Amino acid sequence: MLHINVHKKLSHFKLEVNFSVGNEIVILFGASGSGKTTILNCVAGLIKPDAGEITLQGRTLYDTFVTVPTPKRNIGYLFQDYALFPHMTVFKNIRYGAKSDVLAKQLMKELAIDHLSEQYPLYISGGEKQRVALARALATEPEALLLDEPFSALDEATRANSHEELIRLQKLWDIPIIMVTHSTEEAKKLGNRILHIEKGHFITE
Amino acid sequence: MENMNLSPLWLSFQTAALATVIVFIAGVFLARVITRNTFPGKSILEAIFLLPLVLPPTVVGFGLLFIFGKNGPLGILLSKWFDVQIVFTWYAVLIAAIVVAFPLMYQSASAAFQQYDANLEKAAYTMGASKWRVFWTISFPLAWPGLLGGLVLTFARALGEFGATLMLAGYIPGVTDTIPLAIYFAVESGNTEMATFWVIIIVALGFSAILWLNWWSKRNMMRYSQRPK
Repeated sequence: MLHINVHKKLSHFKLEVNFSVGNEIVILFGASGSGKTTILNCVAGLIKPDAGEITLQGRTLYDTFVTVPTPKRNIGYLFQDYALFPHMTVFKNIRYGAKSDVLAKQLMKELAIDHLSEQYPLYISGGEKQRVALARALATEPEALLLDEPFSALDEATRANSHEELIRLQKLWDIPIIMVTHSTEEAKKLGNRILHIEKGHFITE
Repeated sequence: MENMNLSPLWLSFQTAALATVIVFIAGVFLARVITRNTFPGKSILEAIFLLPLVLPPTVVGFGLLFIFGKNGPLGILLSKWFDVQIVFTWYAVLIAAIVVAFPLMYQSASAAFQQYDANLEKAAYTMGASKWRVFWTISFPLAWPGLLGGLVLTFARALGEFGATLMLAGYIPGVTDTIPLAIYFAVESGNTEMATFWVIIIVALGFSAILWLNWWSKRNMMRYSQRPK
């Protein structure tokens, strides 16, 4: 269980959200600039909230007295542009935070990217990049996964495949997943729950 | 020409090499710490770092003379505590080279650390990497082409330093006579042959450094920053 209660003053409004995520996919749905990515950054520890509390499996990641640094949170994060290390091969990218070589290789097989092992990210397609980034995030054996518009850069056919894959992976890994999107169709297809966010607040559930 | 004193070559080389190492470490460290952070007084601090780049070398020399001179604040401390004199010694040559070359390294490093996507470092943190590991495996390699450019410029600038060196170190043959000083005093004393020799040496050094840098960056940047043509 991932519990998030975050208050943060942003330039145009105040972000105030309070929600929990079980072993399911929860969608943060809203327009650009509504605070979705800020929530993910707070959970990952890349931004410090002004107040609130974040706990993961009972472990406090943030409250008034404690701020666990990002590397110690054990939360996987898939950035919108994937942020693959351009100077490392696909395998080295996945191996970077992996618990073991075996796990890295297994994930590459699972996501059908094992043939790209020695390629540099520049030379692989958008869909492949997305799968590499996903494998890389999972290789750390995270206790939760954050996805920031992971499918926005993909063409339609690739996107549909990726959707299926995410549903399959969620069942396999069985961890809390928070995904940011502004596609209605994607939200409905993937989300166990959809949280609509507007100017830093949830409007309906 | 046969009995040519080659000491300016070794002196210049030694000083420039040591100055480059010091400036590289300091410049990379400060640029990495300062570039991606915001704090009050940041622009003033950066302006101070870059000042030697725009000031005439004589002004830099004057400032250094004021600081390291017999009655200067650092000069007094160094002679009292360590019995070390800076002015008119090899240390003066080194300090002058460091101060005039530093802005070039700082500027190159600062640009190099802003060139790549900041999310790459963040991604590495989310994968459990320590600050140290992120620096050596992500920041440093991605900034390396820019850092190398700064390194070459730093070395060239340190090698060519004249004005501040003359003011702080003077011209003492065998002690502070770097190539640029040797050229100046050779011309002064009418020894055109010797001046020409040193001019050719320093032009050749500078030219090959730039040539090599261009060749290297073209070859190495291809690998992951652009598709091969």
